[in-house]
Amino acid sequence: MVAAGACAALPAMPGAARAQPVSRGEPVTASVSMSVNGENRTLQLDTRTTLLDALREHLHLTGTKKGCDHGQCGACTVIVDGQRINSCLTLAIMNQGVQVTTIEGLGTVDDLHPMQEAFVKHDGFQCGYCTPGQICSSVAVLDEIKAGIPSHVTADLTAPMAVSEAEIRERLSGNICRCGAYSNIVAAVSDVAGRQG
Amino acid sequence: MRAFSYEKPASPAEAATAASRNPEAKFIAGGTNLLDLMKLEIEAPTHLIDVNGLGLDTIEPTQEGGLRIGALVRNTTLAADQRVRRDYAVLSRALLSGASGQLRNRATTAGNLLQRTRCPYFYDTAQPCNKRQPGSGCSALGGFSRQLGVVGTSDACIATHPSDMAVAMRVLDATVETVKPDASTRTIPLGDLHRLPGDSPHLETVLEKGELITAVTLPKPAGGTQIYRKVRDRASYAFALISVAAIVQRDGSGRVAIGGVAPKPWRVEKAEAELPRGAKAAASALFADARPTHENAFKLPLVERTLDAVLAQARS
Repeated sequence: MVAAGACAALPAMPGAARAQPVSRGEPVTASVSMSVNGENRTLQLDTRTTLLDALREHLHLTGTKKGCDHGQCGACTVIVDGQRINSCLTLAIMNQGVQVTTIEGLGTVDDLHPMQEAFVKHDGFQCGYCTPGQICSSVAVLDEIKAGIPSHVTADLTAPMAVSEAEIRERLSGNICRCGAYSNIVAAVSDVAGRQG
Repeated sequence: MRAFSYEKPASPAEAATAASRNPEAKFIAGGTNLLDLMKLEIEAPTHLIDVNGLGLDTIEPTQEGGLRIGALVRNTTLAADQRVRRDYAVLSRALLSGASGQLRNRATTAGNLLQRTRCPYFYDTAQPCNKRQPGSGCSALGGFSRQLGVVGTSDACIATHPSDMAVAMRVLDATVETVKPDASTRTIPLGDLHRLPGDSPHLETVLEKGELITAVTLPKPAGGTQIYRKVRDRASYAFALISVAAIVQRDGSGRVAIGGVAPKPWRVEKAEAELPRGAKAAASALFADARPTHENAFKLPLVERTLDAVLAQARS
């Protein structure tokens, strides 16, 4: 499975939408276009390439991390068309024409996103490997609460949503931090939520 | 991952036809389960049919006063729909108790129903598994079975269906709409969608080759107090040890379906007749034919006590 994405030299499928059954083992490539951090990108990719591998191996945006590669750890979280997803569990080819925001698109060292700034201020990480996923997820979590999307710990499904520590913890349960920086991550996200009002 | 070709058909019937043409084709929707299994080569389709973008992503009212949920409606969208939150709260609650925010943003209604078991022996390709490799044997029967099934299982397989959503849909009397490669359609009660394993656990549903789920329909709201209670090893982002979906009316009558115990959402008519007499009587009817292992026998009293708590909550 790690070989996915290494076949850019192979002949491209004529039109990504065309039916083209192949014999077992014969790699197929296709053209994929998407906007990544505001820039239009077109790639020739083996159909097996996940969005995560397209970002890291082909666009060299290595801020997004590969942890488990099975949707269990959340290190690969990016924002696609406004929604956070596990980029390891979607094929690049399924994402024609979408808008992707990665950690590189949220802020830079000289111009940090408020969530990045809060993670620094509250010491919301130790080794930092899960941090890009944590931050992308956190930004989307606050948007989800604003949009009125309920969670497992929301007491009343029909009442307006509010940010609370319990809501942040539940909504971030798909982002694992093996250094255990959880309490500082919650402090960072609460800080940004408070400033957003 | 094995190589595959890819197509994006223009209509549900076209998708079904494409699938019937190639015996090794698979539909892909959210991809959150299929890609996971393809990376492990437990699934190895040579052709993927992307059913995103077929216009199956809306939730519409039905003439009967219910809701028709498109097969491609994402779990987040369904859980957050105001009509579902108001009239089918057990479904919102079940969805929100499953997976993570990231996964719910991608996972679809039909994909959730068709997800494969999380039995560790199904996932471990070094071990025999009758579901993954028919006839190879069941490693779970003599292995670590704490998470696995206690009822509806067989000597060939004790895997459970892992969905929370399906348990709520079962208690809501949902029906599944499909289209076949010849463009004919049919409606399947959710309780008839999944097969029990018997001696062929690799056959998990009654769907035919190429048959595509297009929607799930809920009948008009059942009213009552709707509760989904999930018991698991972690407070969040874990599969159920057991779960209880219940709709309880003021007179004490009601419906109940159990998750985490069987190869399909477990609902027994006789148990519902016993519901007014309490959790013990209902649980006893639910598990009349139970065959737990020594590691998962705890699930029987756990269901009874959780059901007791659910009934108490409904009365309060």
